[in-house]
Amino acid sequence: MAVATKAKSQTAKQPTKLKPQKISGAEIVYRSLEREGVKYVFGHPGAILLTVLDLFLKRSKIKHLLIRHEQCAAHMAEGYARASGEVGVCLTTSGPGATNLITGITDAYMDSIPIVCFTGQVATSMVGNDAFQEADIVGMTRTITKHNYLVKSTDDLAETIQEAFYIARTGRPGPVLVDLPKDVLLGDGDYQLPEKVDLRGYKPTTKGHPRQIQRVAEAIEKSKQPLLYVGGGAIHAEAHPEIVKLAETAEIPVTYTLLGAGAFPSAHELSLGMLGMHGTAYANYATMECDLLIAVGARFDDRVTGKVSEFATRAKIIHIDIDPTAIGKNKTADIPVVGDARQVLVEVNKLIKPQERPLWKKRIQNLRTEYPLTFDSPEGAPIKPQEAIVALSEEVGDKAIITTEVGQHQMWAAQFYNFTFPRQFISSGGLGTMGFGFPAAIGVALARPDKLAIDIAGDGSFQMVMQEIATAVQYDIPVKVFLLNNATLGMVRQWQDLFMDRRFSEVDFESSPDYVKLAEAFGASGRRIVDKDDIRPAIQEMINTPGPFILDVIVDPDELVFPMVPAGGATKDMIVRDSRKKILQGKLSALPDN
Amino acid sequence: MRQVYSILVNNHAGVLSHVAGLFTRRGYNIESIAAGPTEDTTITRIVIVAIGEENELDQIAKQLRKLYDVREVEQISYNQAVTRELVLATIKAPITKRSEIIQLANAFGAQVINMTDDTVTLEASGNDHKVRTLLKAFEGYGISQMARTGMISLPYDGMPEDWEPIA
Ligand SMILES: Cc1ncc(C[n+]2csc(CCOP(=O)(O)OP(=O)(O)O)c2C)c(N)n1
Ligand SMILES: [Mg+2]
Repeated sequence: MAVATKAKSQTAKQPTKLKPQKISGAEIVYRSLEREGVKYVFGHPGAILLTVLDLFLKRSKIKHLLIRHEQCAAHMAEGYARASGEVGVCLTTSGPGATNLITGITDAYMDSIPIVCFTGQVATSMVGNDAFQEADIVGMTRTITKHNYLVKSTDDLAETIQEAFYIARTGRPGPVLVDLPKDVLLGDGDYQLPEKVDLRGYKPTTKGHPRQIQRVAEAIEKSKQPLLYVGGGAIHAEAHPEIVKLAETAEIPVTYTLLGAGAFPSAHELSLGMLGMHGTAYANYATMECDLLIAVGARFDDRVTGKVSEFATRAKIIHIDIDPTAIGKNKTADIPVVGDARQVLVEVNKLIKPQERPLWKKRIQNLRTEYPLTFDSPEGAPIKPQEAIVALSEEVGDKAIITTEVGQHQMWAAQFYNFTFPRQFISSGGLGTMGFGFPAAIGVALARPDKLAIDIAGDGSFQMVMQEIATAVQYDIPVKVFLLNNATLGMVRQWQDLFMDRRFSEVDFESSPDYVKLAEAFGASGRRIVDKDDIRPAIQEMINTPGPFILDVIVDPDELVFPMVPAGGATKDMIVRDSRKKILQGKLSALPDN
Repeated sequence: MRQVYSILVNNHAGVLSHVAGLFTRRGYNIESIAAGPTEDTTITRIVIVAIGEENELDQIAKQLRKLYDVREVEQISYNQAVTRELVLATIKAPITKRSEIIQLANAFGAQVINMTDDTVTLEASGNDHKVRTLLKAFEGYGISQMARTGMISLPYDGMPEDWEPIA
């Protein structure tokens, strides 16, 4: 195929009224960010970026934060985007600066999070020569971005950036990367933009087809045992008011995925909580019994369905999603609707008549009482992670936005925190990235200064990113780390406990930092608790202490997450409660021995 | 099942690798791939023949449509479109077999483009069926080298509105 050199200019629309004016590439980057309404840039410098960095010194509209590791810059941009719905931005240098972003970009791709990553690149004349700090970041991120660009001429820069933001935030959102060669930043070019982005070949369908919407309404009316299954797409689309309306009008119970938490109030009488591998038993049983499953912005992920051929076998499937490839990928849909979840549900709601389903409601109620979500907390035993989360939820409730790391603590947070509004729960779902939650919480704190950003963390995950305490302290960002410290990689240990006959290999930390001293070493504050009685006072201390705070909660390492559908198993194989016969002795190895 | 995709893409650097990369990434097998310019210089046509289950083949088309540089994806069935492939093949041809081979080549409308003491190189083109039959016919003599372009394809113009392809 011919190599196109001036691809952008070929697709450029006719010049608008704006008089063409030549300005430097760096200046174009800054103005473009301003134009897109960017408030924060999460970055880490390198020589290639000097001209751009210089502008952050001279101007004040956009705040650049100096992040300690590029992976965290991407997670912060994600946290910002997940909490605000706006595009998060990061800026890193070429080579290692760019490759360090990869985990964060993949995370954003898997969870459909709009971020735009700018990377420095060696000069266009050097590209391909293995020049110093050259990495083919466009090649490497091809399968983990919604789209990416290597900008080849300063004249193309403004339009490329405009497109990047447009692609990131429209349709099914996702990460976009823009690679900026040194000479493109240094050179002068046109700052000229079409009035409206019009991309040939990229036109997401947002309005559902009226015939399909009609069929959805009919199916709901005919159904005796419908179930709403709500995913992260519902949150991106701001569809929550429509979901509540649909559920209440047609009396439909609601279950949500890890990423859908917050789209429907956890404590609503129609809420079944989370479904899937560690979902509530009653949500999972409801999927087996329902005769109509209404998926909204969810993708039938294997952690949700287990063995997909045995998932919701009695149900007719309605699948509403903005991404046509999500529909029918894992599970065939009887009524597919391509469109924006909110727009589609607005139309569906116009057709829905009030309905009552006393039998189905009763059945759900019975499942709830028969298989409740519980845990034991014997007198004198170590703190149970679940009770710490319940206490946190009761103490801070809707004042907080919760992020998590990945592991057992993440599942307990999803199970036991009482979520009341969308974007209140922010977690790495698709990729399951340890080290996501702390940097994401920093992004959250900036996006939502009216809320308290709390990372419910595991000790293993936190150790991957704890250098960012420095960032939080430098910019006085009041993030709180609620560290459920079991001195082990709990989730992996759980699998060894259940499936490897309790042979714990390479999971326990025989050395852990003293997290209180760690916080202090960085100029933050912290406290450690071991007794149940201290949980609530310590939480109060955490939220009342200004600035970043680590609350090190020493918890029982032998606690397991239940219910559990074993990987690849069917919903009916779910282990509902902890049936281990052995008496497990909690050990408090997490305490440093000073 | 085999499926022919005719894909119109923006003629940007890296698009071919992006399209091919999608097949690898999603675990689909490409049987052949051919790319070249179209009547519009900003657009390239890529023709891919892929093998998969029916639902998989539809999923590929949807995934392709999602790529930002992809403008159009057609899933082509054989009787809706002209499909052609060019083959160059060197056949082992000792003197004793030569005239037999040339006769066979003529039957297929293949051209002789080179000849040595013990080989004949042929150029042939045709649709999938013809190319297969031809190669089968020469297999017995021994094919020492072969190059194929992969399928290219154009939809038939002027098909009646109500025309339904025979599956
Ligand atoms: C970057 C990364 N590496 C490895 C894993 C695999 N993994 C999943 S959960 C887990 C343990 C997490 O430990 P911790 O953060 O302490 O949480 P806990 O399960 O103990 O609550 C590991 C290693 C992962 N998800 N991400
Ligand atoms: Mg742990």
